[in-house]
Amino acid sequence: MSEVAKNPSVAKEEMRADYEKLANVIDLYSGKEGCLIQVLHAAQEIFGYLPFEVQKYVADNMGFSVSYVSSVSSFYSFFSTTPRTKHDVKVCLGTACYVRGGKLLIEKLQEILGIGVGEATADNVFSIHVTRCVGACGLAPVVVVDDDVYKQVKPGDIAGILDQYRGK
Amino acid sequence: MSKVNITINGKPYEAEAGKTILEVARENNIYIPTLCYLEGVNQYGGCRLCMVEVETNGRPMRNLQAACMIKISDGMSIKTNTERVRKARKVNLELLLSCHPKDCLNCNRSLDCELQTLARRMNITERRFEGESKDIPLDISAVMTRDMSKCVNCRRCVAMCNNIQKIGVLNAQKRGFKTIIQPSFGKHIADTDCTNCGQCISVCPVGALRETDAIAPVIAAIEDPKKYVIAQIAPAVRVGIGEPFGMPSGTVATGKMVAALRQLNFDEVFDVNFGADLTIMEEGTEFLQRAKAALTGGEAVLPMMTSCSPGWIKFIEHRYPELLPNLSSCKSPHMMQGAVTKTYYAEKLGKDPKDIYLVSIMPCTAKKFEIIRPEMNENGVRDVDAVLTTRELANMIKQAGIDFVNLPDEDFDPVMGLSTGAADIFGVTGGVMEAALRTVYELVTGREIPSDNLHVHPLGDSDQIKVASLTFENVLPEYKFLEGFTARVAVTSGFDGAAQVMEMVKAGENFQFIEVMGCPGGCIVGGGQPRGVRSEKWAARKAGIYSIDEGKKLRKSHENPDIIKLYKEFLGEPCGHKSHELLHTHYTARGKYNELIGKK
Repeated sequence: MSEVAKNPSVAKEEMRADYEKLANVIDLYSGKEGCLIQVLHAAQEIFGYLPFEVQKYVADNMGFSVSYVSSVSSFYSFFSTTPRTKHDVKVCLGTACYVRGGKLLIEKLQEILGIGVGEATADNVFSIHVTRCVGACGLAPVVVVDDDVYKQVKPGDIAGILDQYRGK
Repeated sequence: MSKVNITINGKPYEAEAGKTILEVARENNIYIPTLCYLEGVNQYGGCRLCMVEVETNGRPMRNLQAACMIKISDGMSIKTNTERVRKARKVNLELLLSCHPKDCLNCNRSLDCELQTLARRMNITERRFEGESKDIPLDISAVMTRDMSKCVNCRRCVAMCNNIQKIGVLNAQKRGFKTIIQPSFGKHIADTDCTNCGQCISVCPVGALRETDAIAPVIAAIEDPKKYVIAQIAPAVRVGIGEPFGMPSGTVATGKMVAALRQLNFDEVFDVNFGADLTIMEEGTEFLQRAKAALTGGEAVLPMMTSCSPGWIKFIEHRYPELLPNLSSCKSPHMMQGAVTKTYYAEKLGKDPKDIYLVSIMPCTAKKFEIIRPEMNENGVRDVDAVLTTRELANMIKQAGIDFVNLPDEDFDPVMGLSTGAADIFGVTGGVMEAALRTVYELVTGREIPSDNLHVHPLGDSDQIKVASLTFENVLPEYKFLEGFTARVAVTSGFDGAAQVMEMVKAGENFQFIEVMGCPGGCIVGGGQPRGVRSEKWAARKAGIYSIDEGKKLRKSHENPDIIKLYKEFLGEPCGHKSHELLHTHYTARGKYNELIGKK
């Protein structure tokens, strides 16, 4: 919490509670090496995404340069620098899902939602993301919406899956 | 050190344990190609051009190994020149080239490009792989031009910026083919806390990083009949400029450089050494004034810190704005000389200062930013109009077809051409401090500084942080306050050292005077100097600079007769009214993210 006090310019008033949470996470990992990825994960949980201000805060309080922090956050596709939509639709394109038709699922999603990978619908409800192996290869091909996993998905299932989230 | 026995290409060698295959091969004149590796800077095995076959304990390792990463061990057998090795290296290079712009003829690094040299050396004569080309817009600041479509991702600049200078502006963003070396969130380099030191430029093997060209405006000024174009040359340039013409590192080429500038049709050629002597008069006086105030119960900020290095100035403005009052208010030597040129000398010439175009030749890229600082002008006339790096000057000389090596030596023009040895050593870490102490000690005691041939050890050494003490005894009456006082001085170069010294200052360490140069080793290995292995260049160029100093009759700034004349005719006294107007400046608190700019 003391960390927030040290960075009043960074911690905007309305986000104070979020920054306090992040400060606690950083405190937890302080002095341990190789924890940047864990901290960024936690930061993304808290803020929903990793904007420049948040990465700056992580950099300043962990003793890194912000360009180093962004080199890590931009390397992993799980980290996002744009605000989350209401529902994230993630299609696995790991080897197993890929050979079992993951690519067709992406095409179907793009067709139904009218957006590309990494983009969000105009109403900010859905966004499409590609992930590399969610560790459920036996269920391939896999689609993950928010935290729900759909197994052995066929292109024809996509519309039905999306409908479950509309209006939610 | 324990020794191990290895064989390379069937021949036995004894070598120090702990060394890499590449190091041992180079020591024994066995060529292994490298691109990402740079001695003392970068070692990470990324380019895969230094592949070799390795056998340990009689068993061959299955895959080829990167020679820059593998340490030798007893009994190791290495093959650097098999068809398998040559083929693998060649394919790796061809793949690198497959997405590199096909634009060598229009590239400013052509014939000076490590990638091009490797391609020739590996006998690449066709483009077997057609890769996707990168179409990335240029990022141009007043100092540098970043052309990331030419970047080969060797990460030398990243290593320099993060591990050596510890600024961390440049890093590899994104991944895979999309990897791009740039500041976070794709910011322009000019909008970051980059210090403009240019060390990234000096390690770039290709045309991706370069200084922003000032040659065209300089030539335009020379061609303009209304402009009176003056060149002024920094101390470090004279021991670097010979290298692009095949002269050994550290060759003192002062006379040829002056002659070349005259052939380039500069109207006059001055020596920034004159400005360095002037700086010592001002900075030495400022130090004595601060010391007097501090020791006689007045208010003064100590330790005082030197202000000659514009990279260092930008560093402290970003990282330690709270210590800005410690900076000497002196402009850097070439800016001081610029201010004097556009006033005192313009008057002597009978010219409107607007018609004088002053070009500084510098070992430095940060100077390109320094000259556009809003405070660096007199009545709307810029102190200095353009900065050319040593590399740019070499390019101009080549373009003009001047036979540099065989030029007869010429002397600087008078008025601002004469300098003392104290000014020469400004180009090396520890030099500004030594020059200042030579003058301060003599002003205070009336005697020469009691040290080895006027050198103050260990300030000129290559160590990162150097500390020395100097006690003032039997002082002249007007400096009674200094009787018996021991001044502690610190010298550092590079921003890693600078940050450490700033932390020492904040922790209350007792220093009175601190010299900082932004580039590790000082200006002789500045970001605008000819490229090469830093440690070798540093030693040779330092020897060159010291030989100039030691060969001069006058080695203390206050003995320079033209400086004495300048004060008599124009400035009055050091740190007087006129000096403050022309030779001193102020700084801008920026903050790490430029968040302090515009705030009171």
